[in-house]
Amino acid sequence: MSDGQLVDVLLGSADPAASSGYERHPPRMGFFTDTSLCIGCKACEVACKEWNQVPEDGLNWTGMSHDNSGGLGADTWRHVAFIEQRAPIGAHQSNFQREGESFRWLMASDVCKHCTHAACLDVCPTGAIFRTEFGTVVVQQDVCNGCGYCVPACPYGVLDKREDDGRIFKCTLCYDRLSAGQEPACAKACPTDSIQFGELDELHERAGRRIEQLHEAGVTEARLYGEDPDDGVGGDGAFFLLLDEPEVYGLPPDPIVTTRDLPEMWRNVAIAASGLLAGAAVAFAGSRR
Amino acid sequence: MSSAADEHIGARDGQRRRRARERPGSYYGRPIINAPVWQERDIAGYLFAGGLAAGSSVVAAGAELTGRGHLARSCKLCASAALGVSLAALVHDLGRPERFLNMLRVFKPTSPMNMGSWLLAAYGPLNGFATASDVLGLAPRGGRAATAGAALFGAGISSYTAALIANTAVPAWHEGHRELPFLFAGSAAAAGAGFGLLAAPLGESEPARRMAIAGAGVELLCEQLLERRLGMVAETLHTGTAGRRMRAARALTGAGALGAVTLAPRSRVGAALSGTALLAGSALTRFGIFAAGMASAQDPKYTVEPQRQRMRELG
Repeated sequence: MSDGQLVDVLLGSADPAASSGYERHPPRMGFFTDTSLCIGCKACEVACKEWNQVPEDGLNWTGMSHDNSGGLGADTWRHVAFIEQRAPIGAHQSNFQREGESFRWLMASDVCKHCTHAACLDVCPTGAIFRTEFGTVVVQQDVCNGCGYCVPACPYGVLDKREDDGRIFKCTLCYDRLSAGQEPACAKACPTDSIQFGELDELHERAGRRIEQLHEAGVTEARLYGEDPDDGVGGDGAFFLLLDEPEVYGLPPDPIVTTRDLPEMWRNVAIAASGLLAGAAVAFAGSRR
Repeated sequence: MSSAADEHIGARDGQRRRRARERPGSYYGRPIINAPVWQERDIAGYLFAGGLAAGSSVVAAGAELTGRGHLARSCKLCASAALGVSLAALVHDLGRPERFLNMLRVFKPTSPMNMGSWLLAAYGPLNGFATASDVLGLAPRGGRAATAGAALFGAGISSYTAALIANTAVPAWHEGHRELPFLFAGSAAAAGAGFGLLAAPLGESEPARRMAIAGAGVELLCEQLLERRLGMVAETLHTGTAGRRMRAARALTGAGALGAVTLAPRSRVGAALSGTALLAGSALTRFGIFAAGMASAQDPKYTVEPQRQRMRELG
C-alpha cells in the first residue's frame, strides 16, 4: 500500500501510474474496443489464449447464440458476446431482413477494464495486484495466495479463481508484450480493428471522431462506455463503443469502485467497535463484586 | 462428461434462457459481477467464529476487571477455541494456503482483509497469552494486561468483518455498508455474552445477561435498518436459503434475549438455553447474510436495477 493509492481513491487521479509512485513513466496505454466493427470471429479469444498460455476451460455449448465461453473469468481474458435482437441497425439493411421484421446481431469483445480506480488492486491484501508503469493492472502470480477478495470486488466480474491452481487470473494487457514495445495479442489478431490498442489519450480522440461519424450515419444508438474520467471508477483503461445499453452486453450501467465508500465503512467500524466496548463497560459497571 | 452433469447443465441453460426472455435487459440472464469464490463453511463460519472470539474477549475483560473468575476463564478459553477455528478456516479457504503469510507482506488500509490480518496478528498472541496465563496461573499482571489488550483488538475484529464483506461489488453487502458494522458488533456481543450465560455460574452472569440483551437488541434493530436500506435487494434476505436462515436467526435471537430477561436470572438451565439460542441466532445471522450476498451476486437484476435507479436519481 502506498499513500498514493488511498489518495487516488479519495481524491481521484487521471494518471494512475504517477499516483502509484512512478516518477517517470510511459503514457497510459489501453484498449478502445469499437463493437460496431466486431464480426464475432473470436480471433482475440484465441490469440489471448495462445499468447498467454491460458488453459482450456471446457468445450461447452451454452445455447447463447455463438457464445460458448460465457463470460470473463480465470481462463477467459477476452470474451466475445453475441446478442440477437429484433431491431434494425441504423440505416443498415440486414441480410436477414424479412418483411416487417428486422434483425441485428450485436457482437462485442469484452476484457478487463484496467480501471483508473481499480477495486481489485485496492482490496488485494497481499499486494499481488499492482499498477504497472503503463497504468494497467496486473496480478503477480508469484505473490497471489488465492484469497479471492478481488473476485467480488470487481464491479465488472473480470477476475476469477482458477480452481485447479488456486490463484486468481485475469488480463494483463499483455504486460510482457508492452514491455517489449509490442501491442497486445488480441489487438494484433483483430482483423477489423474493432480492438484498437494505443495511448489512452489518443484512443479517446479517435473514439470521439468515430461516435460523430456513426451518429451522422444515423446510428444514433452508438455510445461510448467507460471513457468518462468522472464515472464511478475514474474511467477505464479499456473502454468501448456500444450499440445498446451496457447491461445488454452484461456490463454494469453505472459501476463504482467499492473503496469509494471505504472511509465511511472504516468510520462505522470504529464507532461500532467503540460501542461494543462502551456497552460492555456499562453492562459490567456498578457490579464489581 | 456424465449424462447427469449434462442434464444439470441443460437445466441451468434452460433456466438462463427463460430468464433472458423474461428480462431482455441482461446478457442471457448471466450475472454481471463474479460471485465470491469463498466457501460458505469457511468464510460465513469465520464471520461467526471471529465474532464469537471477539465478543468473548470483551466479556472476559469485563469479568476479569470485576473479579468474576469463572466467567473470565471460560470466555478466554472460548475466544481461543473460536480464534483457532477462525484461523484454520481462513487459511483453508485460500487457493494457496501455504502462502497465508503473504497477508502480512504489506500494510494496506484500502484492504479490510489485510487490516483484518494485522488485527488477528495482534489479537491472537494477546488472547493466547491471556488464556495461558489464566489457566496456568502464570504472570497474572501480564495476563491481565493481555486480557485488556485482547478486548481492545477483539472489538475491532467484531466489526471489521462487516467492512470485509461490504467492501465488494456484491449488492446485498455493499449497499448495507452503513448498517453491517453495527449489526456485526451487536451479533458478536450477543454471541460472546450468550456463551458467558452458557458457561458461567448464575452468581457471575448478571453483566453477561445485560450484554446479551443489548447485543441481541442491536442485532435485531440493525437487521431491520439493513432491510430498509437495501430496497429491492432486500429480497435476497427474505427468499431462499438466506430467508430461512434470517427468519430462524430472528426467532432464536429474540427467544434468547427474552430468556435472558426472564429465565436466565433464576435458573442455570434457563441461562444455558438462552445462551445457546443467542449463539445459534448469531451464527444463523452470519450465514444468512452470507447467503443473501451470494444470491444478490448471482442475479444481474440486483446489480443493474439499483445502478439504474441511482442514475435516474442523479439525473
